[in-house]
Amino acid sequence: MGEAIVITSGKGGVGKTTTSANIGTALALQGKKVCLVDTDIGLRNLDVVMGLENRIIYDLVDVVEGRCKIHQALVKDKRFDDLLYLLPAAQTSDKSAVNPEQMKVLMDSLKQEYDYIIIDCPAGIEQGYKNAVAGADRAIVVTTPEVSAVRDADRIIGLLEKEENVAPPKLVINRIRSHMMKSGDMLDVDEITTHLSIELIGIVADDDEVIRASNHGEPIALNPNSRASIAYRNIARRILGESVPLQPLEEVDKGVFSKLKKFFGVK
Amino acid sequence: MKKTQNVLIKGTKDGLTLHLDDQCSYEKLKKELNEKLTENQRVNEEHPLITVSVKIGNRFLTDAQQEEIKTIIRQKKNLVVGSIDSNVMAKSDAEQMMRENEIVSVARIIRSGQVLEVPGDLLLIGDVNPGGKVVAGGNVFIMGALRGIAHAGANGNSNAVISASLMMPTQLRINDAISRSPDFTGDEEKREMECAYIDHTDQIIIDRLQALMHLRPNLTRLEGGF
Repeated sequence: MGEAIVITSGKGGVGKTTTSANIGTALALQGKKVCLVDTDIGLRNLDVVMGLENRIIYDLVDVVEGRCKIHQALVKDKRFDDLLYLLPAAQTSDKSAVNPEQMKVLMDSLKQEYDYIIIDCPAGIEQGYKNAVAGADRAIVVTTPEVSAVRDADRIIGLLEKEENVAPPKLVINRIRSHMMKSGDMLDVDEITTHLSIELIGIVADDDEVIRASNHGEPIALNPNSRASIAYRNIARRILGESVPLQPLEEVDKGVFSKLKKFFGVK
Repeated sequence: MKKTQNVLIKGTKDGLTLHLDDQCSYEKLKKELNEKLTENQRVNEEHPLITVSVKIGNRFLTDAQQEEIKTIIRQKKNLVVGSIDSNVMAKSDAEQMMRENEIVSVARIIRSGQVLEVPGDLLLIGDVNPGGKVVAGGNVFIMGALRGIAHAGANGNSNAVISASLMMPTQLRINDAISRSPDFTGDEEKREMECAYIDHTDQIIIDRLQALMHLRPNLTRLEGGF
């Protein structure tokens, strides 16, 4: 029986879809059977980031309304041998095409076959969010070091805490610009984690490569030389390593910052 | 059978006091009150408006009945009811009174969009994040950081105070006074262990926590000496 993890943020444009794609990819790289589910009905783009847009035949709404079987709608990622699948969102309907009960049933059947189901949640706290959270067991909240994004993350965490089936959410801080944090122009990691007071599961540096890769339909996690890629792989490890305790911040420091320091010749 | 008086009028230095017997029936009491006041009416005719306090002993009067008694007394031209005193009160009123006087402790973080309301004093073990709100009928004590909105004395208590370990609120409200944080805060000025109260000019003042013991001595509920 697998686990469903919802990736959410409240605010739009903080990197939910990129995070979903890369955590999914990184988990598949670890040999887990992963299914990515795009719940952003009407504004889908997880398929674009994954480079699977042209293979979509059926979508989530088709499955829920019984027009096809689940396995018919799942798009297989050729880069992985039977490990990574995508359930795309419909582009022609809107969020009200699906209700939370239907999502729950769908997630339960997916959990039978997959180790991890990564649910890409739409922005906002309305129907789309409720659908995405309905079948989830765990939640990852993505935020950026901006006051507005942290504010919305706080709101979302409050809502997630009310969900009985969802474990306490974990935090990913995305798009970190270390020079701005150092100069104090950006909220720093400690400030955000104390403010939101939930467990930090990873930090991802702002990296041009991420944009380049997603424009090519290739998740950055596939590129072992990128800073962001390592960050996403670390997050995947922490998701797996729940029984093996890790120290998130320090580990990421080792991974990202020491590399950075080396790069700039500091110490 | 000896007829006892159910309505007694007494003059004290504070004014007139009406003692209403608590053993007879309410109907009988009403009737007698009416008679009694009518026969005394002539005596008081030349006086201005007199406030009377009504003591009803162990009788319980509903709001409607209290109103009725007041009307009867008011009808007698120059009498007006100042207060109705009873030794008994409704259970629901007593419970409400108890709730308004107790300290409710809550251990959680009030996040954006969440509102926590308590009838009495609030002891919050945790933070209030921006966009979050706590409302209390009495005082608000926050053991963590106050970054959102705190409203103390929400039912009209101007003596209520707000205190927080880290005082960086978006807004403070006490009773109906509102103050907001300055648009430009001093650089990383630590606002630790502070309290807010209303001063005599109806302004919300923020001060050191220690100032409270002089300003609001009622906060101490410890009975007896050390």
